[in-house]
Amino acid sequence: MDRHLLSAADLSREEATLVLDTAEEMALVGDRTVKKLPTLRGRTVVNLFFEDSTRTRTSFEVAAKRLSADVITFSAKGSSVSKGESLKDTALTLEAMGADGVICRHSASGAPHRLANWIHGSVVNAGDGTHEHPTQALLDAFTMRRRLGRLEGLSVTIVGDVLHSRVARSNVLLLSTLGASVTLVAPPTLLPVGIDAWPAEVSYDLDATLPKSDVVMMLRVQRERMSASYFPTVREYSRRYGLDANRVGMLPDHAIVMHPGPMVRGMEIASEVADGLRSTIVEQVANGVSVRMAVLYLLLGGSDA
Amino acid sequence: MLLGIPTRGVALAQRLAAKLAEFEGHTVPVGSLDTTMYRDDLRLRGIRPLGRTELPGSVDDKVVVLVDDVLYSGRTVRAALDALSDLGRPRAVQLAVLVDRGHRELPIRADYVGKNLPTSQGENVRVLLAEVDGRDGVVIERRIADEPSRSAVERRA
Repeated sequence: MDRHLLSAADLSREEATLVLDTAEEMALVGDRTVKKLPTLRGRTVVNLFFEDSTRTRTSFEVAAKRLSADVITFSAKGSSVSKGESLKDTALTLEAMGADGVICRHSASGAPHRLANWIHGSVVNAGDGTHEHPTQALLDAFTMRRRLGRLEGLSVTIVGDVLHSRVARSNVLLLSTLGASVTLVAPPTLLPVGIDAWPAEVSYDLDATLPKSDVVMMLRVQRERMSASYFPTVREYSRRYGLDANRVGMLPDHAIVMHPGPMVRGMEIASEVADGLRSTIVEQVANGVSVRMAVLYLLLGGSDA
Repeated sequence: MLLGIPTRGVALAQRLAAKLAEFEGHTVPVGSLDTTMYRDDLRLRGIRPLGRTELPGSVDDKVVVLVDDVLYSGRTVRAALDALSDLGRPRAVQLAVLVDRGHRELPIRADYVGKNLPTSQGENVRVLLAEVDGRDGVVIERRIADEPSRSAVERRA
């Protein structure tokens, strides 16, 4: 595997499968009384979060701690960033303190790529702007494989704010590598320019897509990134693109419902669906720890190349 | 309880359990114990894919016999002991190996040995098992030569 994990497209099919298989073993550690492995003892992992996050930050923190790494969690609020320090200076400061791995979340697309050129340690992209979130895609693929037994040939429908979604982009790239076919469903205003080049189908009609989906993944409408009005009203959006009990009824019997979180209940997903039997939302969080342990082990466990 | 160390130790543990059932009429639970995450040479050799850890039940208060194919430096067994202590507290731990080739680097010794095989450190000892390699045998080969000259003592396991 490469030294960094910046994009889901960096992973070949073999590498992605290795991560998922490793995660499967890591998941067993979570069931034990001693939930700890000595593998990354003496290594330092820095959680560099320039943007708010609950799930991803704590998930990486738990993953690194289960592998016995020392974890430093850094958030932009309450640090020298608010005094005007640049990304490069912050990174060099952390590097000087001996960080072996840096997990970076940033509101600017491409920030982890810049970081990877400045420091010697491994960089893991934990979400950059509207660009990519590779570990989320890996944990989604892991969840699908666990629930449905395979990835090859699955029909995955991703619904909602594709324009602002790094989750959608990473999932499309990873799932197409792993042999699943992806359909993106969104209002035309919430699809990015150049969507034709993505290895995915595009549809504007959710009801027509649902009956042939094995997986339906709902995306949050990212209002904090919206500077214009992309749809007339919340009500109209959720009527056309929200997942309610009626729509779940249109899915095949084995199909699962996913959401990367945080979700806005009543907007893109109805409460009863989010808490329903087909929903894997809580499972996704648990799987996130296993997948991130696998990524940290594969990036930091070996020799310093 | 028999715990095999992947890959070949697991197949050996299963064979031992089958023999125990045949001769003694005891069914002994068999499992596997992966030591990769506990190795002390991870940083020297780079990452390797993980094997499976599958316990047939709790190890607490059991007599656990670790099973491996070749006993050499003893580092794998050290890792296995560490891995085991994270899984519970066995009453006793013993070690069974098919081949003991000497050259220990740690104070570890096997309780059951299939064959003591005097070797030099310039040689590789490989155990072949039908389950994994398609045939049974023990092969000693020189490490330096590009084409391994096999002065093999083939022996049924």
